Amino acid sequence: MYPSRFRYEAPSTVAEAVAMLAAVDGEAKILAGGQSLIPMMKLRFAAPAMIVDINGIGGLDYHRADPDGTYRIGALCRHADLEKSATLADAQPTIAAAAPVVADPLVRTRGTLVGSVCHADPQGDWASVMVSLEGAIVAQGPNGHRSIQVADLIDGPFQTVLAPDEIAVEAVVPAARGVRAGGYLKLERRVGDFATVGVAVSVEMSGGSVARAGIGLTGVGPATINASDAAAALVGTVLDADAVDAAAQLAAEAAQPRSDHRGSADYKRHVVATFVRRIGAQIQRSEQEAA
Amino acid sequence: MSTLYEEVPPSFAEDVPVRRVELTVNGERRAADVEPRLLLAHLLRNGFRLTGTHTGCDTTNCGACTVLYDGVPVKSCTMFAVQADGHEVLTVEGLATASELHPIQEGFKDEHGLQCGFCTPGMMLAAKALLEENPNPSEDEIRWALSGNLCRCTGYQNIVKAVMWAADKLGANAESDGADDAGDASSAEGAASNAGGEG
Repeated sequence: MYPSRFRYEAPSTVAEAVAMLAAVDGEAKILAGGQSLIPMMKLRFAAPAMIVDINGIGGLDYHRADPDGTYRIGALCRHADLEKSATLADAQPTIAAAAPVVADPLVRTRGTLVGSVCHADPQGDWASVMVSLEGAIVAQGPNGHRSIQVADLIDGPFQTVLAPDEIAVEAVVPAARGVRAGGYLKLERRVGDFATVGVAVSVEMSGGSVARAGIGLTGVGPATINASDAAAALVGTVLDADAVDAAAQLAAEAAQPRSDHRGSADYKRHVVATFVRRIGAQIQRSEQEAA
Repeated sequence: MSTLYEEVPPSFAEDVPVRRVELTVNGERRAADVEPRLLLAHLLRNGFRLTGTHTGCDTTNCGACTVLYDGVPVKSCTMFAVQADGHEVLTVEGLATASELHPIQEGFKDEHGLQCGFCTPGMMLAAKALLEENPNPSEDEIRWALSGNLCRCTGYQNIVKAVMWAADKLGANAESDGADDAGDASSAEGAASNAGGEG
């Protein structure tokens, strides 16, 4: 299989890339890792007139914390960079938990977090993680930069609010109000399959109780689900078993799964609740070990 | 369309975008004029006639087309050939020398790490990347590193054994090179990192 014919451009700056996008008015796609885009082009689900390959743009492969704790992940930071990062686990436990379970090891050497979020696949792992962290995508267009909350970025399956002449240049997670904890659990039939269910839970602990919480769900709805009611049930609690259980039930209610070859809707809801409980228990255990 | 990467008929020359790519394949400089939509796997197989790189699923699932791209294992069916411009690619043909097999190849032979052999080139290149990063992997680490490569003969047990065999052999080679003090700079480096891994 090979894709439809396209024009290929490899700009060396973001500004150049933006100008190229603007010139073809919606008929271009950005190539970063290409691990979702190229398969879709081969299957002819996507047939862009132009490919703008950003891999030659320097300085986009970072993941780092600002002095104030704001965390930034560049558009060319690969899943494998995050998986092998020595600093990520302490700073961003939910991201660190998700990195090793994205796709398979070969896809992880090329694919990027920012690209995956912008691909907006309801079964993508990173959008749920970023939603749980109140993360945002920074887009650069002809008129400069703007920041878009990931929860607002995705407006349907494989659809985002990014303008045709905008490039997502980085993902940003705001500084924590306290100490970060969290996890990501994913059920898949085999490595590399789409998630049957994925659950991201992120909390910020201050003075022994939860100052902020976020829960994102993968693969159990037409788009990434922000289980905000479930997360709200954790705020102000000490993350005790009752609070986690309440959140688990609300998360299961927020899920909109469909029965398919990966499992029945009831089963998927059950897994959502179970994963929230498991991540809650993991966080409690690590809190106790730290104390 | 096996001529996709070859000479384009003049009547189409105006419409078809063609780019010159120059890359290093198995240590040798190669150049080709390609359409941007040509996949790296097809340039290697049909263009350069390096048919050791297999295309299995063609949908980014199976890993049979795995090559090393600047030393990193990638699925060559999920990259465009133009993306390899200025980069280094290692295929299975680059593993053995004229006189001897690579220890990973020896391991697959000795431990019966293949049945039909279709997945084997991809398995061996993924294993090579693993052993360069981690010269003494555990069984779990090997299974994890090869989890993007599928074997339909269900030969995983022996594939894991083959990689362990290769790790031992590479470790022993590095040690004897170090002891003889006859190795070149790169094998001395290998010995040092191996000793570090065991420590």
